[in-house]
Amino acid sequence: MAEKPLLRLLSCGSVDDGKSTLIGRILHDCGTLYEDQLALLEKERTSEGLPDFSALLDGLLAEREQAITIDVAYRAFRTANRRYLIADAPGHEQYTRNMVTGASLADAALLLIDAPRARAGLLPQTSRHTLVASLLGVPVMIAAVNKMDALGYAEADFRAIEREFLSRAGRLQFSAVYCVPVSALHGENVCRPGGTPWYSGETVLEILERLEPAVRTSGALRMPVQWVAKGDGGFRGLTGTLCAGEVRVGERVALSPSGLCGTVKRLAAYDGDAESAAAGEAVCLQLAEDLDVSRGEVLSSVGAEPEAADQLAARVVWFGDAPLVSGRAWLFRLGTASARATVTELTAKLSLETWGEIPAKELRANDLGLVKIKLDRKLAVSAYAECRELGGFLLIDPLTSATVGAGMILHTLRRGSHIFPHEFALDMRAQARQKGQTPRVVWFTGLSASGKSTLAERVAKTLHGLGRHVAILDGDNLRDGLNADLGFTEADRAENIRRAAAVAKLMSEAGLIVLACFISPYRRDRSALRALFPAGIFVEIFVDTPLAVCAARDPKGLYAEALGGRLPNFTGVSAPFEAPENPDLRVDGQRPLEELAAEVADFVEGLEIPDFLERAGS
Amino acid sequence: MTTDVFLPPPPPPPPRAPLSADLKLLEAESIYIFREAAAGFDRPVLLYSIGKDSSALLHLARKAFYPAAIPFPLLHVDTTWKFREMIAFRDRKAAEYGARLIVHVNPAGAEKNITPFTHGSARYTDVMKTEALRQALDAHSFDAAIGGARRDEEKSRAKERIFSVRAPGHRWDARSQRPEMWRLYNTRLGAGETMRVFPLSNWTELDVWEYVRAENLEVVPLYFAKERPVVRRSGALIMVDDPARMVFREGEKPERMRVRFRTLGCWPLSGAIESSAASLSEIIAELREARYSERQGRLIDSDCAGSMERKKQEGYF
Repeated sequence: MAEKPLLRLLSCGSVDDGKSTLIGRILHDCGTLYEDQLALLEKERTSEGLPDFSALLDGLLAEREQAITIDVAYRAFRTANRRYLIADAPGHEQYTRNMVTGASLADAALLLIDAPRARAGLLPQTSRHTLVASLLGVPVMIAAVNKMDALGYAEADFRAIEREFLSRAGRLQFSAVYCVPVSALHGENVCRPGGTPWYSGETVLEILERLEPAVRTSGALRMPVQWVAKGDGGFRGLTGTLCAGEVRVGERVALSPSGLCGTVKRLAAYDGDAESAAAGEAVCLQLAEDLDVSRGEVLSSVGAEPEAADQLAARVVWFGDAPLVSGRAWLFRLGTASARATVTELTAKLSLETWGEIPAKELRANDLGLVKIKLDRKLAVSAYAECRELGGFLLIDPLTSATVGAGMILHTLRRGSHIFPHEFALDMRAQARQKGQTPRVVWFTGLSASGKSTLAERVAKTLHGLGRHVAILDGDNLRDGLNADLGFTEADRAENIRRAAAVAKLMSEAGLIVLACFISPYRRDRSALRALFPAGIFVEIFVDTPLAVCAARDPKGLYAEALGGRLPNFTGVSAPFEAPENPDLRVDGQRPLEELAAEVADFVEGLEIPDFLERAGS
Repeated sequence: MTTDVFLPPPPPPPPRAPLSADLKLLEAESIYIFREAAAGFDRPVLLYSIGKDSSALLHLARKAFYPAAIPFPLLHVDTTWKFREMIAFRDRKAAEYGARLIVHVNPAGAEKNITPFTHGSARYTDVMKTEALRQALDAHSFDAAIGGARRDEEKSRAKERIFSVRAPGHRWDARSQRPEMWRLYNTRLGAGETMRVFPLSNWTELDVWEYVRAENLEVVPLYFAKERPVVRRSGALIMVDDPARMVFREGEKPERMRVRFRTLGCWPLSGAIESSAASLSEIIAELREARYSERQGRLIDSDCAGSMERKKQEGYF
């Protein structure tokens, strides 16, 4: 009999459902374990004296010490029929990220349900795991109702759990759902039938052996360009792996989003050149034309190009320690392309228990939500349901480089295509020339009562005296009008800063020197600000006044309120202040005001004129 | 710093029978990973350790970049206790592939004459392998090291990412590894961070051998059974590769046995197995019947519980 193709399996379940035991049981009964591993099993036994299969799988010291599974483990095993790759995902609520990792490539999910506990109703984690598997597009769900031995293999108990599970999972997008009564500990209905004469269905292994891997490579040609190979005689080859369709020598192909077109001249391979290549194959493709193609473009057939878009609606799973709030910018990775992404709207959070949408201002680690995203450039994309390679993306924190989120595109938004930023003839250079000054955005950050606004006001007077055109933006005066709708949660603070920056940008484009005073407690928000302005326009001044001094000044009585526990989210007391690591200028807020103002005014006047304004004069 | 000069790769061999569907899948996945590493890092390096996995790795690298040359050098961390046949094989292969080979020995360790006989396997491994690797990566400012580790080798390896980020100082922190969804690898590095890349993550020992056979790759002859001089030590068969440097224990006398190696490393720490498998097909047949795991012959893994994980935290590959 011909071997069946590799099956990728996700195993998941709540803590103590016996997942490691089930996997260990499968490995054992399929004869995958070696003598030295079996010797380990002899040493590690459960309280009942049965072999402890989890000892094989919980491989990290911390896991053995805490008797929990922390991270996804990958196991390969073979039967006579085919090979398997299991991604074993730990079940704690805080490790939804692992579940997503394991589900992302899985052909089937093996979900553990603890029968004794589920008699009183399915656990919330079971709902979470079922939903995540479905959202990631795992086609087949196999629920192993485990520990049936502890219930004396009672059919009524199994049927009740089965009924509840099937009715819930039936609401989701699985192509097939199975429920099997098992005892992983004793091996019943895992790799051989047993214990349940009333059950006429298949064992877990029988189901697995029969499954075909999900086919995700049909459809039109798609190949994200990975790396451009340069060889002898000016050879330029586009390397990549076809994620769908096929390509032939002589075929006309297009590249997105650049819109370039060419003809396939050669499919170079070490084993000998090929005439055609199909989905899943890694190729090196030479075009007849000399086109400047780089990583991130997507190759397709002419007339069947993927959509190029910069606005998307997507589901995201959040992993970051800092929450996802709208207005923040992240790095975006999709296929082989990169961009900067701003979450423009957090539409809803998904309840992992009820599966309903609930309004939310932020997503915390392990939350799922619906968002709208704006990219800084157009990329070739697809809906996740149609093509995972062009529909699944990562969000990366530009400061730490950590992966903070994963997303699945639902559809593109066309809104962006008819909004063109107006190219004003009267640009910043012309405005600067007329006013005879260099426009600036001088951003004062520091704790409440550190003296930002007082200092800015004094600096404004000095600059005004020098004939400069100055404007002051201040947290309080903005909150009085434009930002009256915002509170002090992390999400609202981020929005407050976003709006302040937008106003400062317009003012600087009008040629003004803007003195902006905002507590702006989050480093990431401030670092995103700088990128909004042309190089050399934005400077950050840290008014460094110790918390105790600010609290003693307390002109508005806010510290007293906050320290008394009556004012939540107050920076420095009940909300964090992340001091700038490299401000353009740091001033000691305890020095006399006149001295400080002179220092800051000198600093602003002494700043270099940016290159793009140089010829405008100042 | 020397300039990397890459010779053109050798002409391709005549076409062979197509690979099995599973090996084709694994091969395409490894090639994809190699290309991501080349595109994502400024100064990647391929850790070449001469064994069968390295043979597969080097061959896959050539395929990934053909007809261009492999765009990074090879690095071998030499403990000075490798089998002599391995060193001869290494130099020949590097020349054949037209790759620049960097060989690094920990000078402090060599000077103090740290050997597996005198300092114990744990201390020796720490100085001559782990520390030596850190030195070499730092000295050349490599930002990514591509190696042949597989998830089926050992329990803590099963938890390893394909792109595994290392904190400054090359430390591995299991809890801070990035989630790895689909085939999207986050190759960005924070200050002082480096990456380890494992293109063979999803291969098994048997896959590697079947690939070596299918692609007709050359491996070090020590993998094939032959009569060799060995002593019995701590339940393992240790080959006397260099009689002049061998430190015999009381009562130990070399005997000639028909043996081969399942994994290759430093000869005083690599246990041979009794075997008559003298060809690739015989090795594969033997492996299909194997009752012991691949690393059983390695003396360094059994130092203490979780020893591989501890070594990795310190920067061991």
